[in-house]
Amino acid sequence: MTRLIGVDVGGTFTDIFVLDEESGTASVSKVPTTWPDQSDGFLDGIARQVDDLSTVGVVVHGTTAGTNALLERKGAKIGIITTHGLRDVLEMRRRDRPQTWGLRGAFEPIVPRDLRLEVSERTLADGTVRTPVDLDEVLRAAQLLLDLECVAVAILFANSYANSENEQTAVEAVRKFWPNPHVSSSSEILPEIREFERFSTTALNAYLQPEVSGYINRLDTALKGDGFGGEFMIVQSNGGVMGTDSACRQPVRTALSGPAAGVMAAGCIAQTAGFENVITGDMGGTSFDVAIIADGKSMLSQQTSIDFGMVIRAPMIEITTIGAGGGSIAWVDRGGFLNIGPESAGAMPGPVAYAQGNTRPTVTDANVVLGRIDPNSPIGGKLDRLDVKAAANAIAEHVGSKLNLSSEEAAEAILRVANSRMAGAIRLVSIERGFDPKRFVFMPFGGGGALHTAAMLRDVGIGRAIIPRYPGVISAMGCVIADMRQDFVQTINARTMTLDVEGLRDCMQSHIDVGMAALDTAQSRFTTRDIVVELDMAYVGQTHTVAVPLSVTVVDGTVATPTQAEIEAAFDKAYLATFSRLLRNGDRRIMNLRTAVVGKRPKFDLSALAPIGGSVETARTGSRPVHFGNAWYQTVIYDRLKLPVGSEIRGPAILVQPDTTVLIDPGLTGRVDAFGNTVIELSEV
Amino acid sequence: MNDTIDPITLAVLTGRMEQIADEMDATLFRAAFNPIIAEAHDASHGLYHADTGDTLVQGKSGLPIFVGVMAFAVKAVIDKAAEVGDLIEGDTYIFNDAHLGGTHLSDMRLVRPYFRDGELFCYLASVGHWHDVGGAVPGNYNPSATEAFQEAFVLPPVKLIRGGEMQQDIVDILVRNTRIPQSAMGDLNGQLGALDLGQKRLDELLDDYGVATVKMALDALGDRADALMRGELATLPDGRWEAVDYLDNDGITDKALPIKVALEIQGDQMSLDFDGTAPVTAGPVNIALPTAVATAYVAIKHIFPDLPANAGVMRSVDVRVPQGSLLAAEFPAPVGGYTETILRMIDVIFSAAAQATPERVVANAYGTINALSIAGKRANGQSWVMFSFYGGGHGGSIEGDGLNHGNAPISTATIPPMEILEATYPVMFRVWALRPDSAGAGQHRGGLGATYEIELLEEKADVFLFGERGRFSPNGVAGGEGGAMNVFKFEQSDGWNEPPLVSKMLGIKLKKGQAVRLQTPGGGGYGPPRKRIAAAVARDVALGYLTPEKATEFYGSAWAEVSS
Repeated sequence: MTRLIGVDVGGTFTDIFVLDEESGTASVSKVPTTWPDQSDGFLDGIARQVDDLSTVGVVVHGTTAGTNALLERKGAKIGIITTHGLRDVLEMRRRDRPQTWGLRGAFEPIVPRDLRLEVSERTLADGTVRTPVDLDEVLRAAQLLLDLECVAVAILFANSYANSENEQTAVEAVRKFWPNPHVSSSSEILPEIREFERFSTTALNAYLQPEVSGYINRLDTALKGDGFGGEFMIVQSNGGVMGTDSACRQPVRTALSGPAAGVMAAGCIAQTAGFENVITGDMGGTSFDVAIIADGKSMLSQQTSIDFGMVIRAPMIEITTIGAGGGSIAWVDRGGFLNIGPESAGAMPGPVAYAQGNTRPTVTDANVVLGRIDPNSPIGGKLDRLDVKAAANAIAEHVGSKLNLSSEEAAEAILRVANSRMAGAIRLVSIERGFDPKRFVFMPFGGGGALHTAAMLRDVGIGRAIIPRYPGVISAMGCVIADMRQDFVQTINARTMTLDVEGLRDCMQSHIDVGMAALDTAQSRFTTRDIVVELDMAYVGQTHTVAVPLSVTVVDGTVATPTQAEIEAAFDKAYLATFSRLLRNGDRRIMNLRTAVVGKRPKFDLSALAPIGGSVETARTGSRPVHFGNAWYQTVIYDRLKLPVGSEIRGPAILVQPDTTVLIDPGLTGRVDAFGNTVIELSEV
Repeated sequence: MNDTIDPITLAVLTGRMEQIADEMDATLFRAAFNPIIAEAHDASHGLYHADTGDTLVQGKSGLPIFVGVMAFAVKAVIDKAAEVGDLIEGDTYIFNDAHLGGTHLSDMRLVRPYFRDGELFCYLASVGHWHDVGGAVPGNYNPSATEAFQEAFVLPPVKLIRGGEMQQDIVDILVRNTRIPQSAMGDLNGQLGALDLGQKRLDELLDDYGVATVKMALDALGDRADALMRGELATLPDGRWEAVDYLDNDGITDKALPIKVALEIQGDQMSLDFDGTAPVTAGPVNIALPTAVATAYVAIKHIFPDLPANAGVMRSVDVRVPQGSLLAAEFPAPVGGYTETILRMIDVIFSAAAQATPERVVANAYGTINALSIAGKRANGQSWVMFSFYGGGHGGSIEGDGLNHGNAPISTATIPPMEILEATYPVMFRVWALRPDSAGAGQHRGGLGATYEIELLEEKADVFLFGERGRFSPNGVAGGEGGAMNVFKFEQSDGWNEPPLVSKMLGIKLKKGQAVRLQTPGGGGYGPPRKRIAAAVARDVALGYLTPEKATEFYGSAWAEVSS
């Protein structure tokens, strides 16, 4: 039982990362993702690496089952039962619109209006029950939803964050009555003020529950059937893992499971390599996803929109997406201006060079025409070769002729504009959070990211790029690295001067008790258990809150009562750090309590991934002409995985591995560090 | 000497310059004290032409109306500096005068000349909606104002920073003229921070590319915007189309106020002539000329959403506003209710443009901000004011039905959550719901408006409302019907009452347990209702968007034969 397996199921590939803790060795594999049931590919991938599942202690899964169900709107038919007068909250959103300009586009809520039923009940903002819940009405509503073939239900009552009595009474009655476990209540999923966000998160949870819990149960059963006796866990959007029972109860927490695992791995790799500040860039077919890790910590956002009006409020790794991926289409507008995207050829039909029906040039086509991607052994292994000529013709026709440029010039132009957009995303993401990008390293992953490092170094002024040894399976690796984590929230809504500190303590204690109990029942070993407490606070009258870290003392599982002075001092410190000024005599308010209980898993030694032996000479596989700037350079090609620790490769050079191409531009040097990462910097002159 | 810029450098430079403006936005949103800026993003930043003040680049996250109006703020500073003749490096001007800079007095404008190598290169500007700038009413939305002086203190363009020296006298004046000086100083510092950042980024850009190249790029951007706009206009037929719509009243006299436009297209030129619009009014539904021109730009950008935020767009557009009309009010006519008037301007421009090019234009949105305020004192003597704007339906378009419960075309602000309002003020929402039968009928119907019914939980309170569309519904286009009108009612001991001026009223007295009910307009429909497929009507009935009676009234009875 010494082996850990991480499995990341993406749109095209299922990645498997196997770590043997005893021998300190790791291995990776990629198999095609199977549709419609991803569990086949999942099990097939594991079987290729491991003969005997009884030797495996832990399987951790980063899943897109939830994400896909949301994006494709393929969740279950669900109904909601809500407070009289409020059936349309989900559909009214927060009075926004899809695009600033144009005033077009409508919104279809995931629950149509006829499946949103109202019952008599009302709780006021101070927690007073004004109208007790009418259980007969609730059960009649539940029966009606069943008659209308709903398979899950969400109970959404006003102000249930302040007092969940009415909602809980209704939920208990419905749970006794409903034929399956798919009953979600807003005070259980998110006891936080703001009805639209709470209702939306809870409804999406119900929407995902039948699908995601069915998927997880199928995997669980199959693993057990193959002799697996260890623990099966799921990565959450917050970058921590949870047990399958939690995942089945709160599938909404898996919405960004896979990408979150990738960022966790990136942080760990960079930190081990000596870099605390990292900007990750994941370049896929249609998008470029940027995340920031500062001082070793990834940024968490409290909320995201999966699509217009589909809001999930739960802590998640903050990932910013721009529409500039390998498949993004280059075009010249009526003003004679070169644009990249937002239209994308995606993976199907894909770039022109894939010869699958697209005729408009993409960013990947520019890379192909300039020799940066090897046309004879395309990544992924689905195609035999790429059609360079077709790509060049498309660039000439759609870009070159309109701008009076040769194919090569036009391809360089496409990359320059695409690079400047990516650089812009990185600048904005870091600066919006008050970070200077120059203090960061850039870590590209995904198939195409490592082709664009030079631009990030030169355009953004980032000091160096670090390319992990296995950039194509980073999310699977993250599954193995991630800690066990549970997040809790409770709205407090009280001024510090009149705060019931004992009540606050009791609330923290209940969070800690539930979190610790989950760690206790887990089979994983934890090196430490951390409790992280944050308060969302503001001055009275302000609506934007500041996250205020609060240090708490826990002895033998019991948390000490924080004082008003401690809380106010913590607020002043956090507020000052954010806004560089305080309000004199300002009345401070606590909006929410957030508690995270983290079980730290033992870290494996990343040097297990490092190459052993080898030489630069034997790693060299040949050369080909590659276009940089305005000239062709005969460029040496290396088998990246065969380069020994300490190798230094001066650009121009290309490092190739099965799922990634690493480009070292002229003027840059790549060095293989002790962990097998390639660190790229400006060459010393 | 090569005096053109290669298109690739232009594309890269454009991205860099747009980013400077975006970063300035981000800086202020993060630093602002007041939620109107921090949450509703009622602010804007950009780079403006050194001689004309024309918009060169503007941030994408600020309020849409500022995209057109900021150039006037910069021009006002250019004129002032020319008059006095003392513009020097290190100056920063500040003012809120709406008759010079557009919109209303709550918007504080900071304008800074940017010098490079001793020469004026361009202007940087920042505008943000301050929470309180004096005047008769906290928050400055005074529906009974008959002069600007009753709306707020008026600051003409003055130097806040003179050659790098902060003028403390000016700061002292600002501090003394607001009810919440800390918030004002927080916002002021945030805006100065945004200008500093813009200046720093512009320094870096010019270091990288040189003055000549960036100047060429800026010129090229204007030319490109011009070319794009002409390209759009050339695809439209030549002709002249008129539209007229009405404001209910000015809040003082119960008289409808026409807003009229004639839209003319000749080749790649367009004119918008507002001849026939009502004269300046006593009440605050006037707007200043800069606001009118900026509004024309907002309407155009909604019709052609891909156009850049650059003054070049307007080179081929002639906006004619008659002197003495309420669209060109002179100081000190009150302009506090400018939102209602510019929404109506956008409506008539849409209605006229839809006759020329129905496929490019959406029907009218709900067309009123509905500024509703409920104020009182708690049992402990503390006073409270709940002030918010409410949403309504968007118009149908060739693509489909309009959005239910959207925000106003001039804004991107969201509504506060009901639970936040209930937790902050002694009120309870009995209803927060879509309003059935409110959508304008059409092949593609409008979006639904909303119903909000708000009950008072304390002993007593005063209510005021500044709204519109109580007498004239949002229009459909291309044969679509209008949406339902705004309806406001308030509960008294004798039952439900309605204000004599429909959607505007001061000093309504509520007692504990009584409520107000606001029913907002739906959007106009697109295309004739008879073209709506029966199954879509049946679905609207099944979902309760339409009552069966209204379904038959609007669309005939065919829907009843169809299953949804």
